[in-house]
Amino acid sequence: MNKKTIEIITELDIITARKLGRNEAKRIGFDKVDQARITTAIGELAKNIFFYAQTGKIVIEETIREGIKGIAITSIDKGQGIGDVQKVLEGEHSPTSTGAGLPAVKRLVDSINIESEIGKGTIVKIVKWLS
Amino acid sequence: MQQLKKLYKQILSDYICNQNESDLYIGQNLIKQMIQKNVSPEDVISIHKQALEEFYGELPETVIHAYDFLIEVMVHYGLKVKEHQSLLVKQEEMRIEMDIAAQIQNQLLENEVPKTKCTDIGMISVPLRKMNGDYVHFKYDSANYLGVAVTDVVGKGVPAALCMSMVKYGLDTLEYANSNPSYVLEVLNQLIEKSVDDSMFVSLFYARYNLHSNIFTWSSAGHEPSLYYNAAEHTFYDLEAKGLLLGILPEVKYSQQELELKENDFIIIMTDGVTDFRKNEGFDAREKIKELALSFQHLNAQEMCNTIYQELLKLQDFKLYDDFTVVIIKKNKLF
Ligand SMILES: Nc1ncnc2c1ncn2[C@@H]1O[C@H](COP(=O)(O)OP(=O)(O)OP(=O)(O)O)[C@@H](O)[C@H]1O
Ligand SMILES: [Mg+2]
Repeated sequence: MNKKTIEIITELDIITARKLGRNEAKRIGFDKVDQARITTAIGELAKNIFFYAQTGKIVIEETIREGIKGIAITSIDKGQGIGDVQKVLEGEHSPTSTGAGLPAVKRLVDSINIESEIGKGTIVKIVKWLS
Repeated sequence: MQQLKKLYKQILSDYICNQNESDLYIGQNLIKQMIQKNVSPEDVISIHKQALEEFYGELPETVIHAYDFLIEVMVHYGLKVKEHQSLLVKQEEMRIEMDIAAQIQNQLLENEVPKTKCTDIGMISVPLRKMNGDYVHFKYDSANYLGVAVTDVVGKGVPAALCMSMVKYGLDTLEYANSNPSYVLEVLNQLIEKSVDDSMFVSLFYARYNLHSNIFTWSSAGHEPSLYYNAAEHTFYDLEAKGLLLGILPEVKYSQQELELKENDFIIIMTDGVTDFRKNEGFDAREKIKELALSFQHLNAQEMCNTIYQELLKLQDFKLYDDFTVVIIKKNKLF
């Protein structure tokens, strides 16, 4: 299956990632609303790379489970890492937060998995299934 | 969802035909249902767009783009709605937890007003929020002494309540019905200073009443001065003391004073929540309490407490500003 990787280095790359994600979601068969949700989630992940890890990448791929298609997005960086993942998912933001972030990502998709180690980096994997 | 979608389309098409107020009303009711079913704003817009496409075939390209734009930006609105809903759930969980905590506190701090032969005692303690930061502790050994402590944690709510458990523990472990009030305060001060957070202070008025000699011995740690009514003189006295609040410094010494209660005398011990309202208007709550106490002195101590509470509540427009506690000890006529 084809896999698309977008390096996040400048803010413009956030838009590229969003665009690729939207196209891929559309191709897999998501409707307009879910396309918008998937794109929003990708935007939040890419923004976090850009703000907190400076650089990293977003990987977008089609996935399938028990005959149901879905989209999987993985954000990978070697930045500072997240101290308390649980707290972040419960909605603990930075003071400059726009009030969306990872809790919003969690609400937009079907599953989220965060692996993070202080000083080493962060991997966030999200999946949304075609319902 | 399919059902709601169908209904939405139906109501929309009715409205487009007739522009009836009733369709708008039904539409709003439908949206309420959709909110309950967690339908997001972006979903509603998408349903709306699809309905239009169904009614009119292809929409102009520009209108389609405009709708897609709206769907995109509304995603964040939808997220806010979901966040709000999850906060409501959390709030409800916390409310239940608070109710249980308050219940436990009530059981923990429960203390019956003792019935003695020579005195009539009344008490009222109403928390501002669910948990009470005021506490009244009685100790009564029927032979000789009655001990009463009225305490107020500086602060309100849960932190104050937790701190209060500590104070209760201290009072319980002290076999203090016959101890000197100054000693009681010194021991409690050490306990609180050591074990409770630095920002927690407690005011405490402690009195020991000798049931044989009628000598009322009292000491105070930064507590609202109690009122002593001398019936023979028809005069109120403030039971004032310069004792420091408990928990500020280790090794504080407290002094104690005494008076003799005679027939018809009474003592009103209260927390500052009783007197601290409408201060900025120059209102003198202590004078008001004296006035009330005098006009209701024919009642028994419990009725006096209840009446004073009701009257003061009226003066605050039925809204407390702080935990409210009053204890009244009256010298019975019979002895
Ligand atoms: N890739 C990352 N690397 C390091 N820290 C991260 C990363 N992503 C998130 N964080 C940390 O987790 C916190 C929460 O992130 P989240 O995206 O939920 O909210 P935010 O970025 O603070 O605000 P916003 O709502 O604007 O996104 C961030 O403040 C940041 O400290
Ligand atoms: Mg963020």
